[in-house]
Amino acid sequence: MWYRTCTRLNWCKLMSEAIVQVERLRKEFDGTVAVADVSFDVRRGEIVGVLGPNGAGKTTTIQVLLGLTTPTAGTVRVFGQDLEKHRIEILQRCNFSSAYTGLPSNLKVWENLLVFSMIYGAKGWREKVEQLLALFEITHLRGKITGHLSSGESTRVNLCKALLNDPELLMLDEPTASLDPDIADKVRKLLRRVQHEKGTTMIYTSHNMRDVEEVCDRVLFMHKGRIIAEGAPRQVVEKFQQNSLEEVFIRVARGGDLLGEVAE
Amino acid sequence: MNWRRVGALILRYTFLYTRSMPRILEMFFWPVMDLLVWGFVTMYLLKAGKAVPSYITFLIGSMIFWDILYRSQQAITISFLEDVWARNLLNIFVAPIRVSEFIAATYAVGFVKIMVIVALLTVLAFSLYSFNLFIMGISLIPLFVNLLLMGWAIGMMTTALIVRLGQSAEALAWGIPFLIQPVCAVFYPLSILPKWLQPVSLAIPATHVFEGMRQVLENKGMPVGHLWAAFGLNLLYLAAGALIFSRMFQVARRKGLLAKLGTQ
Repeated sequence: MWYRTCTRLNWCKLMSEAIVQVERLRKEFDGTVAVADVSFDVRRGEIVGVLGPNGAGKTTTIQVLLGLTTPTAGTVRVFGQDLEKHRIEILQRCNFSSAYTGLPSNLKVWENLLVFSMIYGAKGWREKVEQLLALFEITHLRGKITGHLSSGESTRVNLCKALLNDPELLMLDEPTASLDPDIADKVRKLLRRVQHEKGTTMIYTSHNMRDVEEVCDRVLFMHKGRIIAEGAPRQVVEKFQQNSLEEVFIRVARGGDLLGEVAE
Repeated sequence: MNWRRVGALILRYTFLYTRSMPRILEMFFWPVMDLLVWGFVTMYLLKAGKAVPSYITFLIGSMIFWDILYRSQQAITISFLEDVWARNLLNIFVAPIRVSEFIAATYAVGFVKIMVIVALLTVLAFSLYSFNLFIMGISLIPLFVNLLLMGWAIGMMTTALIVRLGQSAEALAWGIPFLIQPVCAVFYPLSILPKWLQPVSLAIPATHVFEGMRQVLENKGMPVGHLWAAFGLNLLYLAAGALIFSRMFQVARRKGLLAKLGTQ
């Protein structure tokens, strides 16, 4: 009993630790404001969805978090370290998967995973690769040429690559975009399982609101470079007095009177 | 510099080049075609004009040397473009890989590729045209190294331009070396160039290499002056290349171009 209480306390303490701290992040491209003084935290072990219509600033925010784009102003700290100063150390503990990136197409699946295991310094790569291939039900693809895979298979191989180093922070850009409903459902459940078993923190972008409602503990709803709502998916839906996140999304995207209502 | 990550990238290129028949053919096709054309031109000149000096064989040497320069530049730029074409660049940029590690891997792979091509051309030139590259003796090594260094410097500058201008600028990968070819006295001596152009030509390391090569083939001894001039200029060019690459990389991060390049 005592042990269980302690474990729970430790877990709560871990969960309250902010591993991503974004303060007054601003990004301008040639005078156009893409992200306008945004601040938020991501706590260890939670899955945070970054949502918003096209042009909301979510991609730019993710790019800044990945170190691909430098902020115009503001600070980004990951694992308590400044991202600009400790980019490589931070990236060693993170990983990324996107439906819009690929792996070298004429390498076999295991070759690609071996190369990335070496890059990230993953120990026991053979076992790790086998485990991940089994987890995503693609063991049979091990010896296939990556370029011959379907987009759904490629996405799952990408997800295997993203978990090779047991990342503490995993950034996922539309991870279910090219998957059929069955596989998408499995992937969502797997991501939840990884979060539960490894305590992996995830930042998740998707245009599929069902994905977000099912997977994310918390969402940051962005519009025109600002966070207009933040909280559990249900809270955001209630805040906007809609029936689902999808309705919220559509109303925000169409710039209806929703924002005025929120402001009030 | 983390050698494990450099090794991982070298392994990836090894998989890439040993797997793809078009890449292997492309590697050998153009140099062999060039050698055949220049070899037959040389034979024709030797037979046709008694006034033509016997050291006209330097045309074959020039062609092989030009190929060393061109291929070493290509090794850097094409390695980078391979990741662009595979949409893998984002995976590389968000992995804990330093720019220096990426460049070191491309240098290593480029070096091996050039050694293989030069070995093939040397054997072919000797068996088809009785041209012995090794008559240059010990001078061959510093001449070769200087061409390699210059190719790397141009490769870095070309890649920097592609990072800055995007994939639409990939034609530069093939075009840039030919911009300097007329000026750097590859197939004719420096004295042929107009007087006003000669100082420009002397500011290019390759000019000293080709002038040096002709000096050796004319049995005028080791071209010490040219070798030192080429080496000094190469150090400057390499420093400039690294500086330009680093600067363009930062500009690309500021303007959000890396992510675009990675997903185009």
